[in-house]
Amino acid sequence: MTFDVAAVRRQFPILSEIIDGRPVHYLDNGASAQTPLAVIDAVRSYELTSRANVLRGVHRLAERATELYETARADVAKFLGVQPMEIVFTGGCTAAINLVAYSYGQLLKPGDRILLSELEHHSNIVPWQLLRQRSGVEIDMIPVTTDGQIDLGLLTELVTPKTRLISLAHVSNVTGALIDVRKVVEAAKSVGAKVMLDGAQRAPHGPLDLKALGIDFYVFAGHKAYGPNGVGVLWAKPELLEAMPPFHGGGSMIGRVTFAETTWAPPPRRFEAGTPPIGPAIGLGTACNWMAALDWTAAHDHEMGLVQRVLDGLQEIDGTQILGPASLQNRYPVVSFMLDGVHPHDVAQTLDSFGVAVRAGHHCAQPLMDRFDLDGTTRVSIAPYNDNSDIDALLTGVRYAAKTLR
Amino acid sequence: MSDELYQARIVALAKSRAGAGKLAAPTKSARRDNPLCGDRVTIDVKVEDGRIAGIAHQVRGCLLCQASASALASTAVGRDAAGVAELRHDAERAIGREEGKAHDPFDAFEPVANHKSRHECVLLPFEALKDALS
Repeated sequence: MTFDVAAVRRQFPILSEIIDGRPVHYLDNGASAQTPLAVIDAVRSYELTSRANVLRGVHRLAERATELYETARADVAKFLGVQPMEIVFTGGCTAAINLVAYSYGQLLKPGDRILLSELEHHSNIVPWQLLRQRSGVEIDMIPVTTDGQIDLGLLTELVTPKTRLISLAHVSNVTGALIDVRKVVEAAKSVGAKVMLDGAQRAPHGPLDLKALGIDFYVFAGHKAYGPNGVGVLWAKPELLEAMPPFHGGGSMIGRVTFAETTWAPPPRRFEAGTPPIGPAIGLGTACNWMAALDWTAAHDHEMGLVQRVLDGLQEIDGTQILGPASLQNRYPVVSFMLDGVHPHDVAQTLDSFGVAVRAGHHCAQPLMDRFDLDGTTRVSIAPYNDNSDIDALLTGVRYAAKTLR
Repeated sequence: MSDELYQARIVALAKSRAGAGKLAAPTKSARRDNPLCGDRVTIDVKVEDGRIAGIAHQVRGCLLCQASASALASTAVGRDAAGVAELRHDAERAIGREEGKAHDPFDAFEPVANHKSRHECVLLPFEALKDALS
């Protein structure tokens, strides 16, 4: 089936922006994706017609706001193939991981082990280090292969009877590698450990069936999934949410407060202290509906066709190296590369002068940069609205950087 | 196309690699990282009677950082801490953080003024040198 990229692009007004006489070639979707009109309209409509706090007031605006907020929860749940009451809205993906590290971490004992990987984003490393400081858990790390994949061949020796949680990137934010979830779940189950996936780079590429994956926790960010900033999602199995103590204390998350004792609200409200990000959550619900309406078989083929165009084009430029899987198998549309003799920031700055937006640097994955002894990489991250012109502009810019900066 | 930022003087400064390397017997060394981008500068200094008698730098960073380290190494010898501060004022003037006209060689960094996210790339070698002199 042919993917109508022009029809998708028309839904993203920002893609028509002209900056300094050049069109925008937005290839920094891994950092923050753009937002379709449907999401902008949903947030605007809330602000214009239904703005109020949720779950507190009895007036009609509060009823409207609550209805929209809870509908958004149901929309996100449907996108993930789970139940609405298993969805916790957080301030972002980082906030969701910190919530798990704190609240699930309260259930762990000194000497329990958390298994991470060498390619994790700092937000799936540092919260566990903070937990280690607080409660004496130990952290283990799965190394990556030379082509930037988590080396699951080492799982059997790294998973121990003391392992309580394996927390890994579903898709690497640097190499684009997709993890084999089945293998991870199998290894975890063999010792009774839980599995959390950081879905920040996977969720923007189509609906999921979390129940079928057999995992225990899933997190993703709204702004990388075509939604607003300031909202993220934690999904967890209901029995885990039920067992976990609160992360933040405040309004909404309580059962009954007295100075002697306070009881907690049931999940998900137990984990949504204070006024939640109402407008952003409504926008994210709409973003999930927007994603669900796309034909992802065609969209994924389109995205991976663009990845192939990037890989082929870079190969023709002297001194480029890809950090990540060389083939399209088991990868998503994130491509990191190095240009010999030119620092990634200088590549990215040159690309900007061609209207091409990419990310350069360590991508909040310094252990991975250390593994390959790199200062950083230039990262191209693709969304369904990207087209051949974006990739061609990218390659023109890289060729120019290669010619002028080394 | 013309790229406004990477003008010939900045590229030439970076490629000159003036002062690149290590000193055999530094009085002090200091390393500074830019946590946002991962750039890393290590500066060795040899100090005699309160003045810089020798300076060398190792830069793992972008072209702007390399160019700034080269410009600094080529102008720092013979200066005391106050003299180095004068050079920093020059760099800050070039990137528009201070009023006034920058002098050679730091006036080469004037194109960086419009790129706020890159200011730290120019200033990182100064931070490392400040630590090395403290």
